Amino acid sequence: MRVELQDIHKVFGLVHANRGISLILEPGSIYAVLGENGAGKSTLMKILSGFQKPTSGTILLDGKPAIFETPIDALQRGVGMVYQDPADFPPLRVVENHLLAYDTKFQLAFTAAADTLHTYAQRFNFHIDPQVHVDSMTLGERQQMEVLRLLALGADLLILDEPTTGISAEQKEALFNTIRRLAYEDQKTIVLVSHKLEEVLELCSEVFVLRQGELAGSLKLPATANDLVKLMFGQETERTERSPIDAGKSVLTLAHASFGDRRLTCESIDLSLRESEVVGLAGLEGSGQGLLLRAAAGLIPLKEGKLTLDDLPVEGKRSPFFWMPWVAGLFFLIRLVMLMIGRVSGAIVGLALLGGIAVAAILSATIWLISEILIVWTSESAYHQFQKRGGAFVPAGRLEEGLVPNLTLTEHMALVTPDHQFTVHWDRAETSIKELIQRYNIIGRPNSLVNELSGGNQQRTMLALLRNPLRLVLLEHPTRGLDITSANWIWDLFQERRLEGTAILFMSADLDELRERSDRIAVFSGGEMVGLVDANEITVEDLGHMIGGQRA
Amino acid sequence: MSDSDLIKILASILAQSAPLMLAITGETITERVGVINLSIDGSMLISAMTGFVVALNAGQALTAAGIPGDTLPILAGFAAAALIGALAALLVAWGSIRLKQDQVAVGFVLTLLLADMANFLGQNFTHIPGPSVAHTPIPILKDIPILGPLFFDHDLLIYSTLLIVASAWWWLYRTQPGLQLRGVGERPQSAFVRGVPVNRLRYLYTAVGGALVGLSGAAFSLDIKLGWSDNHILGIGWIALAIVIFGGWHPVRGAAGALLFGLTKYIATVLQQSFPQVPVVLFNALQWLLMMGVLLMVGSDISKRLVSIAPEALQGPLSRMLRVAPPEGLGQAFLED
Repeated sequence: MRVELQDIHKVFGLVHANRGISLILEPGSIYAVLGENGAGKSTLMKILSGFQKPTSGTILLDGKPAIFETPIDALQRGVGMVYQDPADFPPLRVVENHLLAYDTKFQLAFTAAADTLHTYAQRFNFHIDPQVHVDSMTLGERQQMEVLRLLALGADLLILDEPTTGISAEQKEALFNTIRRLAYEDQKTIVLVSHKLEEVLELCSEVFVLRQGELAGSLKLPATANDLVKLMFGQETERTERSPIDAGKSVLTLAHASFGDRRLTCESIDLSLRESEVVGLAGLEGSGQGLLLRAAAGLIPLKEGKLTLDDLPVEGKRSPFFWMPWVAGLFFLIRLVMLMIGRVSGAIVGLALLGGIAVAAILSATIWLISEILIVWTSESAYHQFQKRGGAFVPAGRLEEGLVPNLTLTEHMALVTPDHQFTVHWDRAETSIKELIQRYNIIGRPNSLVNELSGGNQQRTMLALLRNPLRLVLLEHPTRGLDITSANWIWDLFQERRLEGTAILFMSADLDELRERSDRIAVFSGGEMVGLVDANEITVEDLGHMIGGQRA
Repeated sequence: MSDSDLIKILASILAQSAPLMLAITGETITERVGVINLSIDGSMLISAMTGFVVALNAGQALTAAGIPGDTLPILAGFAAAALIGALAALLVAWGSIRLKQDQVAVGFVLTLLLADMANFLGQNFTHIPGPSVAHTPIPILKDIPILGPLFFDHDLLIYSTLLIVASAWWWLYRTQPGLQLRGVGERPQSAFVRGVPVNRLRYLYTAVGGALVGLSGAAFSLDIKLGWSDNHILGIGWIALAIVIFGGWHPVRGAAGALLFGLTKYIATVLQQSFPQVPVVLFNALQWLLMMGVLLMVGSDISKRLVSIAPEALQGPLSRMLRVAPPEGLGQAFLED
């Protein structure tokens, strides 16, 4: 099927996500859509797969215009999409997941569905057991299952959204072979949304690069990674020289640290920061740099390795009362044995046994309850240790994690002022916040709610509320969504802190910012730290290669 | 105690538990599609009242018109009760889907409102004798040893209840519409992507579940706890809600939970008779303790530890069986687009 997109526009409120994108997809080819976060790739794919309707523009299937109201419309016309988070049902069995909304037969034909699955799976060398539950499968297997389902439903154009994120090397190999066979043997059209340049170069025949909602260009492969990087990031800017600062003693150390979440695991990461040092974390979204920041803050536990701040471990404190629940259990057992002995010897008769057990149960439950409360009160989380020792974490989600929605600026001030008094000194809090509002150029009044502020002002507020002095600041996208003046201004503030000896670790998607502001840059790709380089010596181009998965 | 006594006791526990089973099946269906209908306690109370009053009045009217007999009035009573239950449930669904309100808040307020309305509207009908479902043993089948007296010596309500529980299971696990129902409750986004009309199904099955809850109310007032009085069956709805969780959102396990609850009630009654010197409240409290214990066992990691002792081949199915994870999309409104 030949698919043509003509002048696609998509507007969400004030955001122009797609600006006049036109492209042609031929059968028997594998295409890649590349672009940074927010470049408009997902929006374009959602439009092509019927999840969203374009504001204007046309989709032509084999020359005939098609309007997709829903994803199922698109699928009936042969356009299927495998989402990054597959549209499946984790609690169901594979065969049930396959059958859901598959056909209109009233009774479920489990055997026939299992056979279909089996036939397709065999053709592509997938190993999928129709009887297991979806939530016991890996992401790669779920993806394979979804591909099979779309094929069985007659998809001619298959869109895969970041299909290699979070799957194993073997699964990747199997997936790529499948994609090749589908394109070259079955003449299907494949569109790959990807971040990984190497994979794109290996697999695809043509690349479309999006930048800020526009089609920045397309490139027939084979081509070099250089050409791709140039298309993606545009022209290179010169790095302004910055006075070097003598880094002092070590502040933060991660040694052989392993950590992860559901999607990604980072193994054996080594990183250390010294006083006044700025280290930038580069990588495409979800390559491990975000996890590293959270691990360094003590927000996600280390599976292995050590995290230290000023040579003291940050690992949380176990309560000294951790043994108390066992005492409760033991007490109950001993009482039970004593009661039984009493019953056998005849000292306890009739209902007294029942009553005795009830009393013992109530007593041990009380001990248990008290010990739980003691444990909660006397243990300390790793993150609080991190904070106490002079660490600060500034998350990217300003209203989700950083600030408290529906509280005013003054109330925020009162929250972070550690005067530990029972009643709040509102006048004092208001005076302090007024000073900060002035100093940090926040457009807002002391009694403005933080959620009424603009994004940039929320960012300034979060930075204004940071304590002084700090040993270490961890920043997630410190200048995302800010104009250049605000961004520079924010970095000037950090420069001041830096002169006081604060170490700074930040992640950013802006390669220029990383080069400009860091002393060293740690580059992440697929959960691995592929390089730790001197920011003075690296070019944007080399950085782009490393982000794409090439080692330094 | 002889064998026939035991069977009689079990048969009566089954009969006493039937209305509760209806409510549990209804709420299971509703929650499976992703809506928590917390109004069922009040909803059961008002449908018990409505069912009784409609059956009573219909009986009088029909007798006056020269058509005697209890069957038609009772059917009318059940129909009215089902309607009321479905309407109450639809209110919760509407509040959640259309008005984007919190299901818990809407359901909770509704349950209080409906209970008070039931007492107010039913105040002239308290302690009046009325029609009741007739005992209809099934010929031939009732003479099968053991099974006969256990399952086939009841009234039509009990047979229908067992049929409804079985059909609910069949619908959920063996049919395409049932699969879509479960899909909507687990992952509304995925269901939407596959072309399933999420909110339409939510309205539909919330109403169906609510109708079953309504039938359950009438089953009390027309069969198990005859007639109407103030706060007639107040509290039973909350028990049903708890058993839905205990039953892991599975209709058959929910029905088993209802039987277990019936059994604890029976044990409490027997103990009370055997130990008259112990205050009654203590035995009433016992069944709640037992239930809490079971809920804790099933919901906590204690059960996981027990499973880990079992042979490895059994661990998978065992943990599936003990799974009490609610439908993932439970209580979340779904925005189509």
